[in-house]
Amino acid sequence: MPYIPHTAEEIQKMLRTIGVNSTDDLFSDIAEEIRLKRALNLPRGLSEKETWDKINGLASKNKHMGKHICFLGAGAYQHYCPKAVKHILSRSEFYTAYTPYQPEISQGTLQTIFEYQTMICELTGMDAANASHYDGATALAEGVSLAIDVTKRKHVLISSLVHPEYRQTVATYLEGKNITLDQIPYQDGLTSKKELEQRMNKNTAAVVMQTPNFFGAIEELSYAAQVAQQTGALLIVCVDPISLGILEAPGNLQADVVVGEGQSLGLPLNFGGPYLGFMAVKNKYVRRLPGRIVGKTQDRLGNEGYVLTLQAREQHIRRERASSNICSNQALCALGAAVYLSLMGPEGIREVGRQCIQKGIYTKKLLSKIPGIKIPFPATTFKEFIVETTEEPQRINEHLWKAGIMGGLDVSGFYPELKNHILLCVTEMRTREDIEKLASVWGDMS
Amino acid sequence: MIPKDLLYTEEHEWLRLQENKVIIGITDFAQKELGDVVFVDLPEVNLVLEANDVLGGVESVKAVSDIYAPCPGRIAAVNEALTDTPDLINEDPYGEGWIVELEIEEAPKNLLSAAEYEEFLNKGE
Amino acid sequence: MEQIIFEKSVPGRGEKYLPQLDVPEEDYNISEKREVPPTLPQISELDCMRHYTRLSHLNYGVDTGFYPLGSCTMKYNPKINEEVANLPGFTDIHPYQGEETVQGALQLMSELQSYLKDIAGMDGVTLQPAAGAQGELTGLLLIKAYHQAKGEERRDKIIVPDTSHGTNPASAALCGLKIIQIPSDDKGTVDIEALKQAVGHDTAALMLTNPNTLGLFEENITEIADIVHDAGGLLYYDGANMNAIMGYARPGDMGFDVVHFNLHKTFAAPHGGGGPGAGPVGVKDFLSPFLPVPIIRFDSSKEKYYFDYNRPQSIGRVKAFYGQFSVLVKAYTYMVRMGWDGLKKASEIAVLNANYLMQLLSASYYQPFRGPCKHEFVLSPKNLKSLGIHTLDIAKRLMDYGFHPPTIYFPLIVEEAIMIEPTETESKETLDTFSEALKMIATEAQENPEVLKTAPHSTPVGRLDEVMAARKQILRWLTS
Repeated sequence: MPYIPHTAEEIQKMLRTIGVNSTDDLFSDIAEEIRLKRALNLPRGLSEKETWDKINGLASKNKHMGKHICFLGAGAYQHYCPKAVKHILSRSEFYTAYTPYQPEISQGTLQTIFEYQTMICELTGMDAANASHYDGATALAEGVSLAIDVTKRKHVLISSLVHPEYRQTVATYLEGKNITLDQIPYQDGLTSKKELEQRMNKNTAAVVMQTPNFFGAIEELSYAAQVAQQTGALLIVCVDPISLGILEAPGNLQADVVVGEGQSLGLPLNFGGPYLGFMAVKNKYVRRLPGRIVGKTQDRLGNEGYVLTLQAREQHIRRERASSNICSNQALCALGAAVYLSLMGPEGIREVGRQCIQKGIYTKKLLSKIPGIKIPFPATTFKEFIVETTEEPQRINEHLWKAGIMGGLDVSGFYPELKNHILLCVTEMRTREDIEKLASVWGDMS
Repeated sequence: MIPKDLLYTEEHEWLRLQENKVIIGITDFAQKELGDVVFVDLPEVNLVLEANDVLGGVESVKAVSDIYAPCPGRIAAVNEALTDTPDLINEDPYGEGWIVELEIEEAPKNLLSAAEYEEFLNKGE
Repeated sequence: MEQIIFEKSVPGRGEKYLPQLDVPEEDYNISEKREVPPTLPQISELDCMRHYTRLSHLNYGVDTGFYPLGSCTMKYNPKINEEVANLPGFTDIHPYQGEETVQGALQLMSELQSYLKDIAGMDGVTLQPAAGAQGELTGLLLIKAYHQAKGEERRDKIIVPDTSHGTNPASAALCGLKIIQIPSDDKGTVDIEALKQAVGHDTAALMLTNPNTLGLFEENITEIADIVHDAGGLLYYDGANMNAIMGYARPGDMGFDVVHFNLHKTFAAPHGGGGPGAGPVGVKDFLSPFLPVPIIRFDSSKEKYYFDYNRPQSIGRVKAFYGQFSVLVKAYTYMVRMGWDGLKKASEIAVLNANYLMQLLSASYYQPFRGPCKHEFVLSPKNLKSLGIHTLDIAKRLMDYGFHPPTIYFPLIVEEAIMIEPTETESKETLDTFSEALKMIATEAQENPEVLKTAPHSTPVGRLDEVMAARKQILRWLTS
């Protein structure tokens, strides 16, 4: 049997040591009536070669973005990742380790998380970060819970331009907490300032903004911070970290909690996961941070080292009074992001952002020349933007796909009022040639 | 070490009653069980509490102990010194390590005397 | 120890990975622009590789040595799983691609759903939850939605035994449910009388791990199920210990209504130094309408797999997209390789290994509960307490013998608990060597207790001061 080293003789020896005749005797405590009396309804095991062939066959049924030109984003992005990142992630000292509960033999994981926490703090302008969440959506949900916990208030204002699946996740997490989740409508592709102001009240725990928002537009955070502060609500900002070489750190714009999806930082598309949720806070909320946190300390001889710290917040000690139930996190994804950021450096991160913005501008310019295409929202965008068409998005995407182009997202599924609106994504991966091909193939339709 | 002039609860809190106020801390036994205190979660001054409400908590590295209000009241003062030096609870649990001062209307009921608390501890062992 | 990467940074150093911008540069207007760049390392690729490679040497993984963490199932992570998950047909597909372009991925997920259903005896499965704890949250939200749909909102109590994992009560609290903890009986299993006292009109569910965290199978499981069901409550199965029973017994046949799986434990996906894991949830038919959206289905008329979002009673979604896809790929690959025969063998040998090791240690360590155990067992070295030796000292000393320590101080009901789960992938020699080390340590405790109290002696750092870490709170590097 695969991955089981025992010979028949060894099994006999072991049974003799235990003092039983067969392994069946070791299952005598499972009553006859609940025993499974048939084989599991799975195929019989395969050799490694057959396994490889079967699963490689499934993989090759998928049309992957390495072979097509991808203009699809909406929370999952194709960016360039230095090849070295994968080599670090494939070191089994990292990926076959458990959570670093025994620090003396886990300094590798612990130090990389400490470095990752520092990088997240640097990018976001915050004081402390935790060791990761499942994804951007759950990091946001936990950020909102933190604000409710801190303020003891029951009303949460969330921009309607926060990723729709994140908003759905927040709603699920708030079930049972008796909280009103109030959506701030948008205006001209940005969160409406007027609506934000009008909806604020003394019971508002948090204002939640995403920048760049779901339509790719860059929101004005200092305004939201000012409105939130007037009634003592927390400002929670959900941000794409790859934009933070260009956009001001939310921490410098008075954000209280910064969360986001770190997939942009060198993680593959992976059909939606595993990704990397991150959360960073100002000092006064450090004890409210959910999940694992690494801190620096010393051993008895004065050697520096790292440990999981502030563990009394966590479920394995506080049980039903813990700030969250999170246990497993995305440590390996956090390591990937740390290696990516180390290799790209401050200059690399700025350059990715610059190319995203410029390529977006160029794409918008080319597309807006096509009859029937409009750019409906004037705001500056980062790597995504909305295009309004006279054609059905599905028809356009079918047409583009014939030329090997994966078109954008039909947003009417999330925003029914936006019929014939497509969210396009242009990262540094797209060459001028790709962009011009998009415009020419699209233009051919009319 | 169980001072005679204090009253106790089965949650290992000590209370010093003074007219309409009560000062609350945790006992020497409690601090030893917890080990080195690393953080004390203090309530906001003026917070109004019902009996048995959790008013704060004392944390060590691997454990946490909640502090309960012995009776209804209002937080009149908290021991700010614990914010920077939580180990005062280990060093001087009945003195410098006091936690809060609660303003009360009626004295809490069902408290243990020093002798009763000692008996309670012995029974537990 | 390794210097921190920021201290290796030299301004102006570092590789460039991107080509020159190939479109005309335009002016744009951003009011909140970054003026001060983030302090990130500026380092050559070689120095970066050395940094992380050296850090990896300070770690200990399953590929390094024996890792008998109880309730964590640290079995071997087969390399084919890693290779498969790195195929571009899996890594380079976008979650919003049209369904017709990802049929291979959907087929994989659909088959994984059916395998999991059969292993657990359930009727429906969601692959969305990202980890065991999120699986618990999902399962409890399903239970809550079910009671609500029946007009029984008053059912807001979750019963857990005192041996339960910490995530159980934490997850219950997260969805607004209250906890009733019941004691275990002197055999280490659920105290039936206490359970009878605890159930009632307000019972939402009982959460149970079976075998429990002492490694004992709940022999009265059908009676337990009847008690809870008769009171109108449901049964939740924490799948952390599924490795003990695959192909032998199924939670669904024991009376459980909801199950979560830990693909990173039972199904050989790696733990990643803390994650990512995956925590799919299985349910009986009557709970299926409440599962998160979307569910993967097969349309036999069109011969096509598709996402089913049309589920009006769904609890919603618990994360973005569909789950930890590449972890699902690894677990699926493992199941295909093992097959029904291999999975049953894995449980058989996991249980054999645990009983064998328990027997080897029976003379030197106190065993609070006598076997047979299932996939794990608990020791209590309280006989060494009089020498001033605690479980922590034994755990740390094991590192000097080249082993990762077992889970310690859990479950909470056992004094000085040491919880050992060897898994089926460990050979007899490994178990023999490990037991020799533990026996040696028991002798050292008598003859030279100091060597235990100051252990470990051979690791990159000694015991670290956790009190200092919690008090000083240095949670990030700062320029000095």
